[in-house]
Amino acid sequence: MTVDVPPPLADAPLMRDWIAISPEGDVDFLSGRVELGQGSSTALLMMAADELGVSPDAITLETARTDRTPNEGLTAGSMSITFGGMALRWAASALLVQMLDAASERLGCPPQELRAEDGDVMRNGESTGLNLLDFVSFADLSCRVVDLARPKAAGDRWKTFRDIPRMDLRERLVGTPFVHDMSAPDMLHGAPVHPPSMQSALVSLDLEALKARPGVIEVVYDGSFVGVVAGTPLAAARAAEWARKRGTWEATLFEAVDPVKFIASSTADAETVVDTGNVNRNIGHWYETTVTRPYIFHGSIGPAAAVARWEGDEATVWTHSQGVFQLGKAISMALGLDEKRIRAIHCPGAGCYGHNGADDVAFDAVLMARAVPGRHLKVVWSRRDEFHAAPMGAAMATNVRALLGPDNNLTAFDVMVNSAPHTNRPGAGGTPNLRAAAYLANPIQPARSADVPLARGGGANRNAVPTYKVGDARVQRRLVHDLPYRSSSLRSLGAYNNVIAIESLMDDIALDIGVPPLDFRLQHIDDQRARDVLERIDAETRKVREVPLPEGAGWGLGFARYKGTGGYCAVMVRVEVDGDVRVTDAFAVADVGEAVSPDGVRNQVEGGMLQSISWTLKEAVQVDGTSATAGSWADYPILKFSEAPRLSVALIERADALPLGAGEISQGPTGAAVCNAVRAALGIRVRNLPITRDAIIAAVNE
Amino acid sequence: MSELREVSCRVNGEKRAFVVDPTMPLLHVLREILDLKATRLGCGEGTCGACTVMVDGQAVMSCDLPAAGVDGRRIETAEGLDGDPPHPLVAAFLEHQAGQCGYCLPGILMAAKALLEGAPAPPSRARIAEALDGNLCRCGVHVRILDAIEDAARHMSREAVA
Repeated sequence: MTVDVPPPLADAPLMRDWIAISPEGDVDFLSGRVELGQGSSTALLMMAADELGVSPDAITLETARTDRTPNEGLTAGSMSITFGGMALRWAASALLVQMLDAASERLGCPPQELRAEDGDVMRNGESTGLNLLDFVSFADLSCRVVDLARPKAAGDRWKTFRDIPRMDLRERLVGTPFVHDMSAPDMLHGAPVHPPSMQSALVSLDLEALKARPGVIEVVYDGSFVGVVAGTPLAAARAAEWARKRGTWEATLFEAVDPVKFIASSTADAETVVDTGNVNRNIGHWYETTVTRPYIFHGSIGPAAAVARWEGDEATVWTHSQGVFQLGKAISMALGLDEKRIRAIHCPGAGCYGHNGADDVAFDAVLMARAVPGRHLKVVWSRRDEFHAAPMGAAMATNVRALLGPDNNLTAFDVMVNSAPHTNRPGAGGTPNLRAAAYLANPIQPARSADVPLARGGGANRNAVPTYKVGDARVQRRLVHDLPYRSSSLRSLGAYNNVIAIESLMDDIALDIGVPPLDFRLQHIDDQRARDVLERIDAETRKVREVPLPEGAGWGLGFARYKGTGGYCAVMVRVEVDGDVRVTDAFAVADVGEAVSPDGVRNQVEGGMLQSISWTLKEAVQVDGTSATAGSWADYPILKFSEAPRLSVALIERADALPLGAGEISQGPTGAAVCNAVRAALGIRVRNLPITRDAIIAAVNE
Repeated sequence: MSELREVSCRVNGEKRAFVVDPTMPLLHVLREILDLKATRLGCGEGTCGACTVMVDGQAVMSCDLPAAGVDGRRIETAEGLDGDPPHPLVAAFLEHQAGQCGYCLPGILMAAKALLEGAPAPPSRARIAEALDGNLCRCGVHVRILDAIEDAARHMSREAVA
């Protein structure tokens, strides 16, 4: 177990940054991480409670608000548990040390003899009859966490409880937990009239007629931003739709070319991000493949929403943003206000898989609420807004070349990733990067994206370095900025396409030289944890793979260690192709180190697999030179219930290893397994995603 | 806006009457007038199923149904499945931890309830999946949701026999 100090403690070093104790002695842990539907709040609370040695219901957790919790940056990149959770564990440890010190004085014994279990103070394994939390008044929260914390070793954890169910699930089933559901007696409702793109200025719109529409209270107008304020959400939505159909905006002057071909054929400057030696060698045989994916929608079932209220020159915004501090800063930047004037409080939204419209709608709400000071104003985007105005997952083309030496070992790997940018987050590059900020009367255009640096896992180049021992490796990244579409971070960023490209080539080479794909991978892996997940997936699926396959069916494997430093995941799927591809069975084996909530990890891996199957088989955003063209779900089908495979996820638990995130590890391996299974079923390599009937026909004709 | 009109119906067993624009979708009646916000707005055009409720025992997308259409009818929403103990469907979803963000779940619960109550015997997994094809889930919880509904179906049919 590593004893590295969790990085969040650098900026929030004190116990009071992480813990609040009420006058009644209630212990509230504070986290800057947000619950995005992934179950992180439950896991974070479990870690704090386990460290204290109390039941999870003995303490509470408060998350992400600029006026109260530590600033932990974005909840992104599968780092909530590794960093945020470990910081809470350390803070809880410091508190435990103080409480046991106080208990030892009471008992007249050395503190080393004491520990806590199920809320009781135990001395040499016997109950002392003392309640641990009765000593909370002795805590001194001005102390530095690292001066006191002695977090439990693996063998001392999970004595009071083990996995617990999601704390918030019942409310999500039959209750009203979402920002969409917020109520206030003075609540008004707003709807933006979005320009077709961030670059298309408003030419004409009859604002007087708009204000006269039924139920409209106010029309907010600033540059090309138009927002309707009404007494009900329906009146706001109907008036905004009326305006959208009657307004005119400048056209965006970009040709409606195929964005994937445009990106794949780009000759923009390439940047070398990894270079471990000379890849320009020729002893052996070079293999090559290029895999492309289109732009992909986040496609959350609930549209983006926010509530805002101004009081004097200060605003509060309730938001489902991934980063409340960044959002607050970006809003203040866009409005030219002191950062302290904007308070941002996290409130759940529908499923979040990356940088969606959450921040943009929060700014829309702030702009509209300014016209009705003192009142709460709620904005819920329409489905059309979601498809047209939210950032999308970036289209990409990954070219992979691999040199196979005479001994059938890989000796060089050369990867070129062409991609639209994978980040355009609020505040990036010193600009607000909020949609409406680009078309206010005093507009601030977003800075050109620098994509995500390798130190944070990379964006376009995430997982472009194979998880294999391949001799020398070079990775180049070519960011394509010339398309008018707005792309940003979507679950696993470039890893999805890069893993598919690498794993496709691994299969192609193995099949070409007549080595089973699994053996060929193992031949290039030293890391025992990587070997273990691959050997386990082989064992788990051996029996079902022995069943004879009908015509048009096949099995495929995909594997990667997320970011090269995160969780390990191997996926095996069976497909049947009858015009369309159907995944009938999907298996995964994952190793995320210590699984804080094993069922939560399985749920995340399953979700990643099903979403990845949907991307791989069905999803492609169509564009027209200005924006996406989809107006409704009818234009953008996603995986249906009747298309869901049988599914099984096994974990290799490593109690003494650092807990790693699970939300993004299965995206790439699942897509790769599907692509490899299709090749196994048809003998055809489909390189342009998604693998629709048309894509298969095109691959046959290649 | 059309002329306001009085509409009365039963919602989760309770008699409710309200004066409303008859073209207002039932979804907005539930959320804004009756303050029953467990029924969710997803697309507003009948393509995602997040707003599914039951009207006279049938699963219906409430964003598509004008208020005038529910006069005198029996409406059930996800709020009606809460309780101590909760409805077997809710209990099964909790047991299977069949959820991530949960935005789609109330609609799925109501689609499932309509299916199970309308079926003489527990439906097959394929039949359940087909019945849910109008309900989208983006977090990828399909398999757990199907597991939970199969379990609830068995439980409900045992209860019916008893």
